[in-house]
Amino acid sequence: MMKPFLSIKNLTVSLKSSKEPLLRSVSLDLAAGNVLGLVGESGAGKSMIGKAILGILPQAVEITAGEIWLNDQELLRKPAKERRKFIGASTALIPQDPLTALNPSRRIGPQITERLVDILDWKKDAALARALELLNEVQIPDPERVMHSYPHEISGGMRQRILIASAFAANPKLIIADEPTTALDVTVQKQILHLIADLQARHQTSLLFVTHDLGVVSKVCQHLSVLYAGKVIEASEIRDFFKNPKHPYSRALLAATPKYNDPASSLTPVPEEVIAEVEAEIFAPRTECSHVN
Amino acid sequence: MSIDCPVYQVQNLHLSLADMTQKSFFGSAPQINILKDISFDIMKGEVLGIVGGSGSGKSTLGRTMIRLLEPSQGRIFFEGQDITHLPEENLRPLRHRFQMIFQDPMSSLNPRRKVGRIIEGPLKLHGFDRISERMAEALDLVGLPRSFQGRYPHELSGGQRQRVGIARAIATRPDFILADEIVSGLDVSSQAQVLNLLADLVRELGLTLAFISHDLAVIRRLCSRVLVLKHGQIVELSTTERLFEAPSSDYTRELLNAIPLPDPDQIWATN
Repeated sequence: MMKPFLSIKNLTVSLKSSKEPLLRSVSLDLAAGNVLGLVGESGAGKSMIGKAILGILPQAVEITAGEIWLNDQELLRKPAKERRKFIGASTALIPQDPLTALNPSRRIGPQITERLVDILDWKKDAALARALELLNEVQIPDPERVMHSYPHEISGGMRQRILIASAFAANPKLIIADEPTTALDVTVQKQILHLIADLQARHQTSLLFVTHDLGVVSKVCQHLSVLYAGKVIEASEIRDFFKNPKHPYSRALLAATPKYNDPASSLTPVPEEVIAEVEAEIFAPRTECSHVN
Repeated sequence: MSIDCPVYQVQNLHLSLADMTQKSFFGSAPQINILKDISFDIMKGEVLGIVGGSGSGKSTLGRTMIRLLEPSQGRIFFEGQDITHLPEENLRPLRHRFQMIFQDPMSSLNPRRKVGRIIEGPLKLHGFDRISERMAEALDLVGLPRSFQGRYPHELSGGQRQRVGIARAIATRPDFILADEIVSGLDVSSQAQVLNLLADLVRELGLTLAFISHDLAVIRRLCSRVLVLKHGQIVELSTTERLFEAPSSDYTRELLNAIPLPDPDQIWATN
């Protein structure tokens, strides 16, 4: 594997109050121009990894150990101001809920351009031109009108396209997509995922794709890491994973995913035994996790 | 169980609402037609899936059926009784017989009330006896420990909260339940648990269920018949088996093809 663009080494994030770890020595690598899926149930810590990279962790938690390398630079040892500048220039986020991510009382246009103008010191005209170009690129009909619209005036799918445009605006090297299609219906989800995949491939952006939907992962990602209780329990190449999931928990998660084309497929919740097994593995100290390669 | 008696008969239902975005300062707002000429029956013990993209009118149809909205035209019969334009005071005695489970348990469960009080709410409203006993039974039925009655919604996981929503709906022992996108906020494992629970309850309590979802994979597991809506019109109404084996409308095929299967080799191109 070529040198990873993003490399997280033994990252541990804990609650400040109780010292309870939320991420347990997480390591992952993402090669330049690749897509890595982060999969797990709610509360597994998928989004927490994205937040740690972007430096937007909630007040109540702190990074207690580990390293985050981005383009050969270690983020956590940088002075705060320099780190923010570096992250702001090289990364972007596609959030889950476009309605809460957009300011409801401001027009769309300035919400796309302000980051370019205020933070990255672009000229106003250049930012405006870039915004229009991007809205075209994400296939928004009549971009001039949309720039002057308020978020409530356009559909959910359109709002998500705007956020995608906004994420790609400053040509980031790394994009973190945090469940970008969970709020959308299947047909719109399909369009949005194709759009993200196209833009990612065209701009050779590295993409960290957070989702709980294994169906979605199988379409967009080249590698995936499965998380449980803040621990990576399996990291695999995508085809290997779906052909031969190594960890019993991964197998159970796959079994719980509905398959509409298979009438025999039953929805099996992850069985208690599997949960007990994975928890024994995580919470018992010094047990080597044998499924990570 | 008799299966001949329709619990719901919906005939040529239309619903229009005023389009306030187009309203001029003077005069009335233009009407937009949300539901157009919808007719179907739901038989006793049946689980009817209602599918469609966002904005297709699935939730509006559901809310009209349990008369949270009043139709503009057409008729709705609940167990043979015409409830189309029944005023609220006459609907009230019927309401405990058709209940609803909502999509987002966080906004449909009062955060300041403990689970016990939440489930007791409709029981008190409809003047039931043995209230705390019924509440405890409802918790048993959805597989939550009775001790949960002392907890607040924020102390529960998403799947547990959705079970509380189900417990509240079945506490009054309704004949009909409308479930509106109740698993779309849950991850796959909790989703499987909630769906299995719902399937069991339908069997055990002889419930009739309308299940609104945009996810056909979920529909396949639970429903006996499926109604596909597009722009407020029925584009397909058939048994689940037939819908998946040989969908008759292009829109249904489009919905089916859009589902990402957990299989990297699936052909999933844009049409």
